Amino acid sequence: MVTIEIDGVQYQAEAGESLLPVCLALGLDLTYFCWHPSLGSVGACRQCAVMQYQSPEDKKGRLAMACMTPVTDGMRISLQAEQARQFRSDNIELLMINHPHDCPVCEEGGECHLQDMTLMSGHTVRRYRGQKRTHKNQYLGPFINHEMNRCIACYRCVRFYDDYAGGRDLQVFGMHNNVYFGRFEDGTLENEFSGNLVEVCPTGVFTDRTFSARYTRKWDLQTAPSVCAHCGLGCNTAPGERYGELRRIINRYNGEINGYFLCDRGRFGYGFVNSPDRILKPRIHDRMDIPIEEAEQKLRDWLTDSTIGIGSPRASLEANFALRSRVGEENFYLGLDDNEQTMLEAIVDIMRNGGIRSPSLREVEQADAVLILGEDVTHSAPRLALSLRQSVRNAAFDQARNLNIAPWLDKPVREQQIDHRSPLFIASVCATRLDDAATATYRGSPEDIARLGFAIAHNLDSHAPEPAGLNDDARALAVTIADSLKQAKRPLVVSGTASASLAIIEAAYNVAKALPAQNRQLTFTVPESNSLGLAMMGGKRLRQAFERVHAAGRVIILENDLYRRAPLWDVDTFLQAAQQVAVIDCLNNRTAEKATLLLPAATFAESDGTLINNEGRAQRYFQVYPAPAPVRCSWQWLLADMKELSFDRLTAACAAAFPVLADIRQAAPGAGFRVDGMKIPRQPHRYSGRTAMQAHINVSEPRRPADPETPFTFSMEGATADVPAALEPVIWAPGWNSNQAVNKFQDGIGGHLRGGDYGVRLIEPSGERDWFRTIPEPFKPITGQWRIVLLQHIFGSEELSLRSPPVAERSPAACALLNPADARMLGVQAGDNVEIHCISGGPFIVLPAGIKPNLPAGLLGITAGLPGTERCCQTHHVILKKAIGEGPL
Amino acid sequence: MENMDKPLTQNIQPDRVFATLADYEQTGGYQGLRKAIAELPPKEVQQWVKDAGLRGRGGSGFPAGVKWSLMPLDDAHQTRYLIVNGDEMEPGTFKDRFLLERDPHQLIEGTIIAAYAIQAQTAYIFLRGEYHLAARRIEQALQEARAKGYLGEHILDLDFSLDIHLHTSAGRYICGEETALINSLEGKRANPRAKPPFAVVSGLWGKPTVVNNVETLCNVPHIIRNGVNWYKGLGLGADQGTKLFGVSGRVRRPGLWELPMGTPIREIVEEHAGGMRDGFSLRAFLPGGASTDFLLPEHLDVRMDYDAVAKVGSRMGTGTMIILDDKTCPVKMVLNLEQFFSQESCGWCTPCRDGLPWTVTLLKDIIEGRGRLEDLDTLSRLTGMMALGNTFCALAPGAMEPLQSALKFFRRDFEHYIAGVAPPPSVKRLV
Repeated sequence: MVTIEIDGVQYQAEAGESLLPVCLALGLDLTYFCWHPSLGSVGACRQCAVMQYQSPEDKKGRLAMACMTPVTDGMRISLQAEQARQFRSDNIELLMINHPHDCPVCEEGGECHLQDMTLMSGHTVRRYRGQKRTHKNQYLGPFINHEMNRCIACYRCVRFYDDYAGGRDLQVFGMHNNVYFGRFEDGTLENEFSGNLVEVCPTGVFTDRTFSARYTRKWDLQTAPSVCAHCGLGCNTAPGERYGELRRIINRYNGEINGYFLCDRGRFGYGFVNSPDRILKPRIHDRMDIPIEEAEQKLRDWLTDSTIGIGSPRASLEANFALRSRVGEENFYLGLDDNEQTMLEAIVDIMRNGGIRSPSLREVEQADAVLILGEDVTHSAPRLALSLRQSVRNAAFDQARNLNIAPWLDKPVREQQIDHRSPLFIASVCATRLDDAATATYRGSPEDIARLGFAIAHNLDSHAPEPAGLNDDARALAVTIADSLKQAKRPLVVSGTASASLAIIEAAYNVAKALPAQNRQLTFTVPESNSLGLAMMGGKRLRQAFERVHAAGRVIILENDLYRRAPLWDVDTFLQAAQQVAVIDCLNNRTAEKATLLLPAATFAESDGTLINNEGRAQRYFQVYPAPAPVRCSWQWLLADMKELSFDRLTAACAAAFPVLADIRQAAPGAGFRVDGMKIPRQPHRYSGRTAMQAHINVSEPRRPADPETPFTFSMEGATADVPAALEPVIWAPGWNSNQAVNKFQDGIGGHLRGGDYGVRLIEPSGERDWFRTIPEPFKPITGQWRIVLLQHIFGSEELSLRSPPVAERSPAACALLNPADARMLGVQAGDNVEIHCISGGPFIVLPAGIKPNLPAGLLGITAGLPGTERCCQTHHVILKKAIGEGPL
Repeated sequence: MENMDKPLTQNIQPDRVFATLADYEQTGGYQGLRKAIAELPPKEVQQWVKDAGLRGRGGSGFPAGVKWSLMPLDDAHQTRYLIVNGDEMEPGTFKDRFLLERDPHQLIEGTIIAAYAIQAQTAYIFLRGEYHLAARRIEQALQEARAKGYLGEHILDLDFSLDIHLHTSAGRYICGEETALINSLEGKRANPRAKPPFAVVSGLWGKPTVVNNVETLCNVPHIIRNGVNWYKGLGLGADQGTKLFGVSGRVRRPGLWELPMGTPIREIVEEHAGGMRDGFSLRAFLPGGASTDFLLPEHLDVRMDYDAVAKVGSRMGTGTMIILDDKTCPVKMVLNLEQFFSQESCGWCTPCRDGLPWTVTLLKDIIEGRGRLEDLDTLSRLTGMMALGNTFCALAPGAMEPLQSALKFFRRDFEHYIAGVAPPPSVKRLV
């Protein structure tokens, strides 16, 4: 730490840091555009000018750009000096020359960094009399609107999209004051993180197209802290509601997980909440609506000692625990695909007893060598892929340090990336979206990937079992990878459930266990928002429920479409065999269609719950707005009979029941939490229309809904100051109306939230497992047969987001992916129809063929979760024929 | 025989299309190379050039030997690059073109010696895209040099290897800025880079790189061949060696001459360029290309060397003067220049990207009768906004130099336009 003087006041700061974030961290207001905490300094916008004085005697000083100026001991600067203020004001005047005065109709208005900075700089009167240059806008797909006239050319969009996220199709074109940020031609932005442009853009060039259709100003949105429902990473989100409709999702900063960025599935997948397919009323036999009381009565009547309860990896711990309490431990089934349950149980076991740390995404970014076994992370846990992409940069940071280049000088550090990349090895079934960042890739069947993993482990530690008969290429690669990982200080192994292979998970553990580094880490992707939580809770297998149904007769299914969990025939048989099937869910699906009693469940936006992410971190999501009666939280349906039931008690009971979940009560404060004696308002101070919103129904001001379950209130009144940063529903600070205000809530810019990041880690490394020794035989295709391998896709494989129209629009068409040689053998070309016949019989299905280079021969790739592919089950063997004529009837 | 007074242009003769390898060798060509590699360690070559006082001829005047000495020669840096900046696009400047087209081997020899001095194994000649003829001749000369063993593996059977690649630019003024040039060479947008890190730390593809101007490198063979003392004796003023000086505008003989550093401006304009054409008188001049401040006839006795010109408020720049005569409107001349700079802004930093077009708009408004007196304050404020240090690179500060001096020297011309009294009376100042 050194002492610096800013406007006559002495501060402590870290030498060598960039002066701009240092000023911001000190709580000073300094204008900027091109700088971003995750993107570093480039010195383009010249907006953060300050006066720098060379010595105590220097009265004149000179202008310096804070973002490009390193902190030095005794440095003396001024933000308030007239020359600096004037420069910042004049600079904004230049930026505003071509900026349209369309704030009233601009969707950024009210949370616009450009508005904030303009006001902060003091620029008011425009002297430019010439014409403004104008641009043509582009169609960029269903997620993002483009309004180029508003562009102030800060370059953050391309720096995020291309440099940070690895995109290629958003570029800057042209020069001088005619620079254009867009695609070569109109078309969908291809990168999976494009939605962050909405927040990275300091003004309204890139806006949320899904929000646009039902637009509301920031100050009119009701918000509560939430957690993404669309994969197992648990990114923090801030959903915004108006008029009982979920209008948008934006990033909610979590220094350990998502930082400043979300993936497009997480940002744009919310549409299912507003879907016309929502189940809104209790219903029997899929046709008749019934009153709440009757529904409760029916559920009560059905509950016997043997009623089967089927839980869900996309329902909260509390909802699952409520079901488990209601039906009893011996009747509780996890509702998972059988193989997935095996894998998740292995993952929980490894995390709890393997003695290796499961890293947060922040830690993933710091890894200096990474091995991915069997995952296309961009599709199975998208935000993790963005962090892995950053990990590759660590070697460049090291080299920059050697050359005395400041790590925050973005472009020079990236220049070192040409020759200095931290190793990233990817073993997967076919090409992945991270391959461009990889040192080397390996393509093989899940068995062969696992064998490679075992071989790497053996190369690292001879005690680890060695696969027999590995081919020369794989053996050489295993040596290379082992050497790389051995040299790393913070090596990381990434695996997960996407390849549906227990052997891969076990191989991943062996590799991590064999690593010599003390800071070795191992992370697994899990498919759904509470997959890990459900597995930690534990329960019987769906298969066992199928076997028991004849004896039990009655079934309660919690937020689960069983057709996604087990073969169609098995589920059909199960549901037919059950006398009564109660389904509690938010959306109609094939399982819900078969319900004899259907109960409307609240979505994440309308309910409270605790989720456990893949790291083992418990996080609470809070009701953003009240569920429209009679829709309720699942746990409320299940425990309707219990007197004095509260969410906190339910959480406490769950924590008490499972020692491993004991800390979930610390995930967030309970309903009794008050700040200065007040609850935390979900609505901003400026929330408008409170008295008029429902005037078309009743001219009297409606009573505000009560919220006995959380420390939040459905109101604009309540605690304003001293709210813990992690509980702030909306990030907002005086003078800072955009999300960039988060710098006022952080403990160090880009660091942790003041008072701690959201959530609580439940699992710390302990113990040590023995080596896994079951090494699979290499995959050998059977002539004339193919084995199905389900491939994850960010848009399409996740159940809920696929019910959001913009995500559905981005999902790929279902097709049968084949190795080129296999396709030749079958005489099919891309686009030709292929008949897929299951070996075990049943009707065949027809899908268009796609050619996938590198997909191992003998495997048939099918995108998981798409409509029309329900019959294609993981690892099933099928016979393929070129389809002639029409498909099956 | 060597012409010891005009080393740079000795092979360029009116009756000769260009100097072939044989022509070049006849006057001692490639002997400097032989001497350097065979007799002098790299550090010694650097020292010679440093001692000779050779300053960068691209406009900044940075001592070439000092630049070379910053190149890390230790084993930790295996790859080093030399780049020849042949992207000559400064309006009014055509000196490098002359050397490139008429005596390509001189540049090649200088490049090899420089590469040896900094131990670069690869050099690039980054050539202005429109210099088609130069490109052809350089390419041909490179082939001849390779065939003769001056280039390639083990040059002259000695322990130094180098290849030179010719890269013709897609054509932007900003590529003359050395870091923008590097980005362009890498296939990126020609935006300048932040400094530090300087190119000798992280240049082309992140490797230590030296960028030198064509004319700078053309001096090097002669320094090595004829020695430091000889070279130092060539200058008349504070700076050493000879320099190509040019004059354009309404003079009798516009052109280019190799003259000693420190030749008085009056001698260049009146003797070599033959003075003003009949009916025209000298009103002002830009001493070193379009991005230098105007000087007035009273500055004619200033010597053309870096410090002397800087002392009277301008820059020697490229040493190629543009003459403003009394029949040409200075406001329109400045508009013309600002249009060029405005168009050539890379669009990276705000003051340049948005300030230059505004400057153009204001100048047009003034010329077309829509000007207001306060516009002059705005122009003046813009020159301050775009002062060196406030912008990302030196393009906009350079663009402001003719404008700020015009506002000072020709304010009445601006005011006449604004007052609607046209045309402004010319100020007669005879040479």
